[in-house]
Amino acid sequence: MSEPVSFLGGRVAEGAVTVRDAGLQGMITLRGDLAATKVKNVVKKVTGQAIPAQRKALVEGRRGALWMSPDELLLLVPYAEAEEAVATITKALRGVHHLAVNVSDARAYVTVEGAGAAEVMAKNAPVDFSAAAFGAGDFRRSRVGQVAAAFWKDEAGAFHVVSFRSVGDYVFDLLRVSAEAGPVGALS
Amino acid sequence: MLTLQCPYCGVDAEETELTAGGEAHLKRETVGASDDDFEGYLFMRENPKGLHFERWRHSYGCGKWFLAARDTNTLEVFGTYPAQSKEPPKDLRDKISAKRPGWSWREFK
Repeated sequence: MSEPVSFLGGRVAEGAVTVRDAGLQGMITLRGDLAATKVKNVVKKVTGQAIPAQRKALVEGRRGALWMSPDELLLLVPYAEAEEAVATITKALRGVHHLAVNVSDARAYVTVEGAGAAEVMAKNAPVDFSAAAFGAGDFRRSRVGQVAAAFWKDEAGAFHVVSFRSVGDYVFDLLRVSAEAGPVGALS
Repeated sequence: MLTLQCPYCGVDAEETELTAGGEAHLKRETVGASDDDFEGYLFMRENPKGLHFERWRHSYGCGKWFLAARDTNTLEVFGTYPAQSKEPPKDLRDKISAKRPGWSWREFK
């Protein structure tokens, strides 16, 4: 069997703010009634997390649950477990109206880390990235430059950006160039 | 720039995150409708200078449609509400009445 590789192939742009390919990540789109007990239970079972509140991300390592919309979550699991996790969800939600799809290979996944990471993000997305408005665990779906993207901030202040694979090159290069240009000081 | 609050995600989304979807509260005329009613449904739109009700989609965000009441002249936004609403909610209508006494828009007032 061929070896799976992430779309960005481990690319890294080092600097004051480092932009790096976050590597292979299992991602599952789950749509359904997020208030349903069966949905809550299976999300807990697969990711170890509860259902995140509106615009929140609950992530621990390679596992997590991200709030995409009132009826949609993006579940993170280790890459190798994605298929199995979808099977688990499908089995657990038999008879419950839902949709669960493994979208791991449809995504590019980038990490932006360093002291000025918020500024690099703020250059490209119409979102208030001041620490008071966008803290650790906050999640947003918006655009980065010209394309749709979802991102959240972790405890260390790094941003995790998920986009479609087809625009992964664009997202990586956009963030890399934004990081190279250096800080503006708008958020400090 | 126009900023609307998405009633589903609660974010103040700015114009570039949104897609405009034309007039709100259109009643679909279908099989059995008279020619006049069907023509009205297809072609007749409000084009006010002032209060207007519109459909918007949070296309770069949650992807949901919602409805908004705003002034096309001053760009003042009165409020947004879910797309499943058959009419503007009472509190929104009261808010508009406070600022635009005697307003009317199609069958609403």
